[in-house]
Amino acid sequence: MPKDHGIGASQKRREDVRFLTGAGQYTDDINVHGQAYVCFLRSDVAHGRINKVDTAEAEAMPGVVRIFTGADFEGVGGLPCGWQVTDRFGQPMKEPAHPVLARGKVRHVGDPIAAVVADSLEEARNAAEAIVLDIEELPAAVNMKAALEAGAPRVHDDLSDNLCYDWGFVEDNRDAVDAAIKAAAHVTTLELVNQRLVANPMEPRVAVGDFNRATGDSTLYTTSQNPHVIRLLMGAFVLGIPEHKLRVVAPDVGGGFGSKIFHYAEEAFCTFAAKAINRPVKWTSSRAEAFLSDAQGRDHVTKIELALDKDNNFTAIRTSTLANMGAYLSTFASSVPTWLHGTLMAGNYKTPLIYVNVKAVFTNTVPVDAYRGAGRPEATFQLERVIDKAARELGVDPIALRRQNFITQFPYATPVAVEYDTGNYVATMDRLEEIADLSGFAARRKASEAKGMLRGLGVNCYIEACGIAPSNLVGQLGARAGLYDAATVRVNATGSISVMVGAHSHGQGHETVFPQVIAEMLGIDESMVEIVHGDSSKIPFGMGTYGSRSLAVCGSAMVRATEKIINKSKKIAAHMMEAAEADIELKDGKFSVAGTDKSVAWGDVTLAAYVPHNYPLEDIEPGLEETAFYDPSNFTYPSGAYACEVEVDPGTGKVTIEKFAAVDDFGNVVNPMIVEGQVHGGIGQGIGQALLENCVYDENGQLLSASFMDYAMPRASDVPFYQVDHSCATPCTHNPLGVKGCGEAGAIGSPPSVVNAVIDALQSGGHNVTHIDMPVSPHRVWQAMNG
Amino acid sequence: MVDVTMKVNGKTVTKSVKGNMLMTEFLREELRLTGTHVGCDTSQCGACVIHVNGNAVKACTMFAGECAGAEVTTIEGMANKDGSLNVIQQAFQDHHGLQCGFCTPGMVMSASALLKENPKPSEAEIRHYLEGNICRCTGYHNIVKAILAASGQDVSAIAAE
Amino acid sequence: MYSFDFVRPATLDEAVAALAGEEAQALGGGQTLIPTLKQRLASPATLVSLGGIAALKGVSSSGGTLTVGGGTTHGTVAAEAASVYPALAKLAGNIGDPAVRNRGTIGGSLANNDPSACYPSAVLASNATVVTNTREIAADDYFQGLFTTALEPGEIITAVKFPVPQKAAYIKFEQPASRFALVGVFVAKGADGVRVAVTGASEGGVFRWSEAEAALSSNFSAGALDGLSASADGLINDLHGSAAYRAHLIGVLTKRAVAAAG
Repeated sequence: MPKDHGIGASQKRREDVRFLTGAGQYTDDINVHGQAYVCFLRSDVAHGRINKVDTAEAEAMPGVVRIFTGADFEGVGGLPCGWQVTDRFGQPMKEPAHPVLARGKVRHVGDPIAAVVADSLEEARNAAEAIVLDIEELPAAVNMKAALEAGAPRVHDDLSDNLCYDWGFVEDNRDAVDAAIKAAAHVTTLELVNQRLVANPMEPRVAVGDFNRATGDSTLYTTSQNPHVIRLLMGAFVLGIPEHKLRVVAPDVGGGFGSKIFHYAEEAFCTFAAKAINRPVKWTSSRAEAFLSDAQGRDHVTKIELALDKDNNFTAIRTSTLANMGAYLSTFASSVPTWLHGTLMAGNYKTPLIYVNVKAVFTNTVPVDAYRGAGRPEATFQLERVIDKAARELGVDPIALRRQNFITQFPYATPVAVEYDTGNYVATMDRLEEIADLSGFAARRKASEAKGMLRGLGVNCYIEACGIAPSNLVGQLGARAGLYDAATVRVNATGSISVMVGAHSHGQGHETVFPQVIAEMLGIDESMVEIVHGDSSKIPFGMGTYGSRSLAVCGSAMVRATEKIINKSKKIAAHMMEAAEADIELKDGKFSVAGTDKSVAWGDVTLAAYVPHNYPLEDIEPGLEETAFYDPSNFTYPSGAYACEVEVDPGTGKVTIEKFAAVDDFGNVVNPMIVEGQVHGGIGQGIGQALLENCVYDENGQLLSASFMDYAMPRASDVPFYQVDHSCATPCTHNPLGVKGCGEAGAIGSPPSVVNAVIDALQSGGHNVTHIDMPVSPHRVWQAMNG
Repeated sequence: MVDVTMKVNGKTVTKSVKGNMLMTEFLREELRLTGTHVGCDTSQCGACVIHVNGNAVKACTMFAGECAGAEVTTIEGMANKDGSLNVIQQAFQDHHGLQCGFCTPGMVMSASALLKENPKPSEAEIRHYLEGNICRCTGYHNIVKAILAASGQDVSAIAAE
Repeated sequence: MYSFDFVRPATLDEAVAALAGEEAQALGGGQTLIPTLKQRLASPATLVSLGGIAALKGVSSSGGTLTVGGGTTHGTVAAEAASVYPALAKLAGNIGDPAVRNRGTIGGSLANNDPSACYPSAVLASNATVVTNTREIAADDYFQGLFTTALEPGEIITAVKFPVPQKAAYIKFEQPASRFALVGVFVAKGADGVRVAVTGASEGGVFRWSEAEAALSSNFSAGALDGLSASADGLINDLHGSAAYRAHLIGVLTKRAVAAAG
């Protein structure tokens, strides 16, 4: 019987009921009495000098409350970057100003120039159209390679060029890696593009700013994955509002995938403007605006070299990457191609020498930042593609080549600064071969060929690093924030529990999963536990949800706080039963004295804590509420092995995913149903990247894929049922739950297997194709087949 | 301004609205039925699907004036009379067919229209029918599974819990 | 959206009168026009909804001709034309998605004449007649280039008359994002020969592939097209496919359409 309670149970999600009945409350569902609406006038050129913004005519239009321009924000800070990368010469990255509204220049299509606040959105739009702009268009830096050439248009006039940083990792390995590659028996080289993507959570961003004249408090309702981070960044760096005067609320949030981590100009604007006009201000992004203002993802151009000795052991890896930052540094942009990418380059393999070079480049495009996986999909894709290419060059089985080079001893210190605590890559691959029925592939290929289709099989492994930590280490690496999390467990007098968590749930099911942990620890029913999240006024502190960290980091804080609750309640129980504290046992929601039949119920103890008539007042305080901060000692390292089978239509080049199997090692799993759902979603996005999605700018910096009419989102008919398995669990050794994180795995692990499968299919059809850049669209496949 | 009278979730409403008012605005702002969501402006995402005279339509691509005299059902009108989840809603919960919940109202409305037309759809028919409903969270696996289950078909052979 | 007046006449005469007003525009199912209005790319003073005119709706057939009312939705055509003209019903049943098909109309699609829309290929390949409130227009005269038709301002498509061919099929290769036709080919074998209409591919909108028509008229089989390739001149070149790729697809899809037509 599968468990129906506590850790390991596939409990149905309690939050579903409100979402299924239309009762969820998303930010756009919030209207504050008397609110005005803002329309941002955005640049329609990628690069230009602002000579004049004439608002005179627009100000006189019906319904206009006030029009703001860059000048209104002179005394206000810019949007900060949360991670300072140090380049390979020891110098800090270049960090240009990022104003709330453009000043002097516009730097990408969509850069906000002015903001019209009016009684209605229609009036705001009407007035925005009446603003007269005098913008002198400048040549744009769009292509990264061209942007680094001498004489290229400079995105920021105060910088000497468009290079944000030139990062080497591990710089001390540089020469040794060069030497190893020179000495290798075989070197496989692959040049590839990890294309730019748009996260496109289905809920576009929304911000509602409110100001209370009586108290001087500001409130921001926003679509955020991490309301406290927004409060910190916006309050401390942009608007100068102390934490106790600023409340940030992120209610139900319709997906994030990274794009709702960052602090955006529109949030600062609405908070600022609400105070300036003494009226609530609401902004709702259209999808069209989202394409021009949400931070985008990926956009790496990479050359990777894999060196092997005569026995096909990996001896060195050298990579060289151009990473697009876009026009400004978004909140965590600088960390993605460096610490979230370079540290992953060992993958699942014992390669002794690795050197990663990344040049981050400013261009006249929308800023780029973390998108599901953030750096790790880029690392995995290049590594798993180059291994596949090496196997083909050497004429060996790609799975055998991987197996031969697997790390098998744990803990394992990689040459890229991280130490994997646990894993079992052989077992995950064994399991994959079984569930994906790899031995039956040859027969399936024959059947496809009989229909005139080419069939291919692609396999890859991946390693993830979740719950990025500890804070003192990431501080040394340049992070400007701590990466702990916090939880407060408030036990109420009647025994029900409110848990205030710093993690934010926007699809992950925390409201269901976190109570399962507490229920297991206390032996009470989940229904007695409620999770409170998303409101900085209700939760002591928190760092939010990203990087597959919620359960590993915030869940651990919750465990620690619950342990404190258990300790205190045992003291109370011991007093009530006149027994020694050491003899008290907590089981099934009951405290008993070991070896006796004496017991008190959970509710008796919690009531005593609040009605302390019979209570050890001399030893402990009344009440039952505990807070814990948890700062992990290491990352967690989920890993897995994925297999994809495709059919390629040789007539049209269209690729169809026929089978997809994923074996993941997430350590312990609290709710298998939810974990599998996370993997499904990640695979869906990974298939989207592999086959469909592409964010494309023309040479003038105009976004060509600026709506769902041109940006191909995966639909139900683009994907199959997935086989997923997480039975090969090696629990994390350093957090109390032994959990690793599962949110990004699917997106990291799936693109290489899809592309490997397409290459396999084409080669089986006699086409000498060694690589196709993503998305592997029908057009690209056809081009590859036809030389 | 246009005067419109229609029946929404069984209740007759009459409003005088601007000529350019879309059904999404009418439902969300005039009636405060915020379960109908807006996820795009090109009529593709399907987060706004409602039923007008029994047919699934995109509320973002229809004016309130076009619904004069119509019977409109939104996600708020889908639960059973006693307030419990209906068969489709329950199947979505049972099979984890939603994550962030934003596309969910549209998915449920489309699924309901599908099952009315085709009570026992195949997997391929379900996937085809959902062409105009984009979900970014689930990879569609559990949505398709939930709809199969809601139609009374056996889903035990489909991988996962 | 800019503001405008909205009227919903119940008869064709009222609609014609309303459309005679200054800057009045007809609204069919709105599945293209409404997104356009949202982008503020159109600013009518009055929007005249044709959705309330019962006379524009419905599918009927007699004497080998299928007549589809101009206000008939794709969903209705998919359901009601299936027994008489299955290729047309199948085409209608694959336009957009179910919710779009419940609103979008044949008249709206043809009046807009999007170069990637499906219906124009059916009308052209079937040698259909576009009937308006003032006249009848032969398909070959109706389509006049990208978003351009023979319609006069204020003219309303009341019906489309399709001579039902002996054999026909439509194959659409979808643009992966919009799911419009990257290339769509409609092949129809009628009493007067074979017509092949191609949508999605050309900068000039839907067109007939005359070389294929000639080859198929003497031998209606996929093999008759061997060695024949469409010219890439004037074809659309965009981020979803080059002109050469579209030309290639025209050849592949035409063969598949012939095979499907049987």
